[in-house]
Amino acid sequence: MSRSGWSLSDFISRVFAREEGSRAVAKDRLRLVLIHDRADMAPEMMEALKNDMLRVISEYMDIDSEGFKVDFERHEDAMALVANIPIRAVKRHGITT
Amino acid sequence: MGEAIVITSGKGGVGKTTTTANLGAALATMGQRVALVDADIGLRNLDVVLGLENRIVYDLVDVVEGFAKLKTSLIKDKRFENLYLLPAAQTKDKTAVSPDQMRQLVSDLKQDFDIILIDCPAGIEQGFRNAVAGADKAIVVCTPEVSSVRDADRIVGLLEAHELRQPLLIINRIRPAMVRRGDMMDIDDIIEILAIELLGVVPDDDAIVVSTNRGEPASVNQNSRAGEAYRNIARRLLGEQVPLMNLEEAGLLNRLRRMMGRSR
Repeated sequence: MSRSGWSLSDFISRVFAREEGSRAVAKDRLRLVLIHDRADMAPEMMEALKNDMLRVISEYMDIDSEGFKVDFERHEDAMALVANIPIRAVKRHGITT
Repeated sequence: MGEAIVITSGKGGVGKTTTTANLGAALATMGQRVALVDADIGLRNLDVVLGLENRIVYDLVDVVEGFAKLKTSLIKDKRFENLYLLPAAQTKDKTAVSPDQMRQLVSDLKQDFDIILIDCPAGIEQGFRNAVAGADKAIVVCTPEVSSVRDADRIVGLLEAHELRQPLLIINRIRPAMVRRGDMMDIDDIIEILAIELLGVVPDDDAIVVSTNRGEPASVNQNSRAGEAYRNIARRLLGEQVPLMNLEEAGLLNRLRRMMGRSR
């Protein structure tokens, strides 16, 4: 194929196939793979995240810090941060009226 | 007191050494005193790309081991007034040098040179740690391919861990015709994904192969598009505002295509 990208086969595929170029596929795959890559956090960072979550949630409820687990869950085409937070008690909040 | 810039990529074969050689030659032509350091110990190549392979006497490992003086080990490029090369050792491996030794070496070079470009080996192991140790700034080279962009992303994270924040991106070997066809990620795609500052874009250019064959940097070739891109990058490194060059190839065919509204 010529470097200028104006070959006959190119022209035909443009006119008849109308299919999307591989650029979009590359970008989508890359985006997902990077979510996975970046989620491979250093253990210290994971610990820091856990502690921050613990601190914020504790303002609203009593949680069992021993049983508190945070992890990434990988799916085919997505990624989720999944937290399992056993609750001991929920604080009674003053209701503002 | 000079500035040390490491040129890195993670993935091999994306053009780190070519970039180092071309930016070095361009910067030297612009009057900067430039030292190029080949940190790829065991797999040296910057010397051949520059055409200086026959002039090596001492290498980087000789210098850090105190076997040779830094000044006598630097090879002066006779074609460029201000360009010097410190070649890598070929018979040793990456463990022959420590990050502390590299830090010392680079700091010594900074006394004598305006700019030190460090050609980083591929990979993320000790060779990488050595190459980044003495650097003040980092350039990440990547090509518009998924593997290269992925590795570049990893390198950006590792650079940050080494206190080299805000690295600058060079997108190498972009092929405008493929981008136009929708078969190659474009500049915006890559910047969006990596989220780092763009330093420059170098089009794929046969002249690079020819100039590497000859051992003559393309950045001094006025007819090479890649050479022009490297000169622009060098000027940006010196603080000049230079717009990105128009990547459309000149020529009748392209003018025709533009007339037909095929360009984006």
